[in-house]
Amino acid sequence: MKLMVQGREAYAYTGGKPFDAALPCVVFIHGALHDHSAWGLQARSLAHHGRSVLAVDQPGHGRSAGPALASVEALADWIVALLDAAGVQRAALVGHSMGSLIALEAAARLGERATQLVMMATAHPMKVSAALLDTARDAPLKAIDMVNAFSHSTIAAKPSSPGPGTWLHGANRALMRRVQAGYAEAGHGNLFHHDFGLCDSYAGAAEAAPRVRCPVGFILGTRDQMTLPKAAAELARILKARVVSLPTGHALMQEAPDAVLQALITML
Amino acid sequence: MPGSADPGFDTLALHAGAAPDPATGARAVPIHLTTSFVFENSDHAAALFNMERSGHVYSRISNPTNAVLEERIAALEGGTGAIATASGQAALHLAVATLAGAGSHIVASSALYGGSHNLLHYTLARFGIETSFVKTGDIDAWRAAIRPNTRLLFGETLGNPGLDVLDIPAVSALAHEHGLPLLVDSTFTTPYLMRPFDHGADLVYHSATKFLSGHGTVIGGVLVDSGNFDWERSGRFPELTQPYEGFHGMVFSEESSVGAFLLRARREGLRDFGASMSPHTAWLILQGVETLSLRMERHVGNTRKVVEFLSRQAMVASIGYPELDSHPDHALARRLLPRGCGSVFSFDLKGSRAQGKAFIEALKIFSHLANVGDCRSLVIHPASTTHFRMDDAALRAAGITPGTIRLSIGLEQADDLLDDLARALKAAERAAA
Repeated sequence: MKLMVQGREAYAYTGGKPFDAALPCVVFIHGALHDHSAWGLQARSLAHHGRSVLAVDQPGHGRSAGPALASVEALADWIVALLDAAGVQRAALVGHSMGSLIALEAAARLGERATQLVMMATAHPMKVSAALLDTARDAPLKAIDMVNAFSHSTIAAKPSSPGPGTWLHGANRALMRRVQAGYAEAGHGNLFHHDFGLCDSYAGAAEAAPRVRCPVGFILGTRDQMTLPKAAAELARILKARVVSLPTGHALMQEAPDAVLQALITML
Repeated sequence: MPGSADPGFDTLALHAGAAPDPATGARAVPIHLTTSFVFENSDHAAALFNMERSGHVYSRISNPTNAVLEERIAALEGGTGAIATASGQAALHLAVATLAGAGSHIVASSALYGGSHNLLHYTLARFGIETSFVKTGDIDAWRAAIRPNTRLLFGETLGNPGLDVLDIPAVSALAHEHGLPLLVDSTFTTPYLMRPFDHGADLVYHSATKFLSGHGTVIGGVLVDSGNFDWERSGRFPELTQPYEGFHGMVFSEESSVGAFLLRARREGLRDFGASMSPHTAWLILQGVETLSLRMERHVGNTRKVVEFLSRQAMVASIGYPELDSHPDHALARRLLPRGCGSVFSFDLKGSRAQGKAFIEALKIFSHLANVGDCRSLVIHPASTTHFRMDDAALRAAGITPGTIRLSIGLEQADDLLDDLARALKAAERAAA
């Protein structure tokens, strides 16, 4: 559905059902150069089992108007504004990779309004190598190919997501290229470099964590090369997070859709 | 298989979409010859039917063996996914039926496989889908043929039978200017010789009966989506961007930003038309795909020797192979097909129809039949077989003459093929008397 958030049009996928603000709400926040469709199966399932779902396209990504916002903190403000625009009083926040940092900051801002926080494929600090940042700036399509390869732990994940016959590497590459091209065509520039810059520069977790009032869960991929599980350990300790480890890479919603859904159900 | 780059072509051809079977440890892909799959419980069943979870329900819609083939071909083509179908014709029909309906219009190259021409010109017209045929290389004609109700541009990477090379960059640019996708039949080239998505095509299909399976044993097709076409931005495809009451009101472009086409094709076209592939067929095609690069190199190598041989024969009036300077699309082929122009080509014999018949009947290694892309060498006379329904004008438009002979060069010893052809050419020469 379309919403006006901070004066600009924003899109959120509602899981294939009309949004009902009276139901317990789950907000899904995607990672760098993705959109809401990164959460297809999980969001759709929860929406059909008693939750209201807002799987957002962040500003400048997918169907939400750009430009992208300047920081993780600004995106957390945007999530709070989106909840207000949707008439949602309390919500669970689920974020993947860069989205997990946004979810953390948003949970800190929401205080008691946040019912649960789930951080997936997360790390803190979420440093991006200088070489990859440079490649994202100078040769974004090459950087997309590199990150796409880094993000998958297998070339035979079963069952494929969203359905059999999907080639996960190809689908993720196409999505990243689509989001990158849409942003550039809108005249906003290089979104991949922007998103990676946000991940790399974010340093607010230590300040945000004590302000989180809700239960926290981490879902990590043991084969994740983008955000190594060990890089999440200290933050998990500070947040007293329940940690679920899955034998996947960074693209864990696609490589293990059922296991991720099951973990979410137990955490939400 | 993590790394800083996707695996190479040969590795994907062997491994993409398949790992040792977790239940048995079987290293090769198991053949799942089962119609249906047991649900864990009622909730699981409901979740599968509602596309909340991924998995298999009924083998007309999906099957684990077919899924390996689909993912592997998508990997080799650089696509987002694929659907295996009962035949190449079924793949073409599935693509068209997903995007077009009564009142829709297609612009297609006139240099098509006869079966594709029949489907577009006769059969789909009966269902209200009209096709305009244009010369493959005439971009102005492509442009002029596009109408407000056009839904698809369509051609073959190497047009049948004259091997007109489809200028995919130019035709896809034109298609995209008009908010339309380009569908390409890539049967003759396979992803080893060319990946149409790299040049701008949006959808690709194969008759997997040919080089992908490679052994002349099974009928099958595969339809692949690049994920690059933005159906919402186009605004011409409510089938993908508006709620579909036939599947829980699903809006496919919302469910998957880059997979909408395949979702609808599987959830509607495969479900309702039912032209699915047998898992046994999928397995046989997978066997072929595992050696695709090796076979295509040999196919092309043998073909080059045969073309060179024929070019020196007095009985041969012309040869239509794009690697020859004389082919009108030679320069385009050099650009788009640097690894070779496949192993199917036609040549024109000098002399009468009787001489042509004598040529075909004198061959001993080449088999006279209606197929291409077998590991064995094949020969056919298009005017009396694959294109027999076309009148003379349509034949001329497709670049065929009564004396055209089509060869599909196999993997035999090249010298034996040359001997066979030499013997047949002599027979044709003698038949002039």
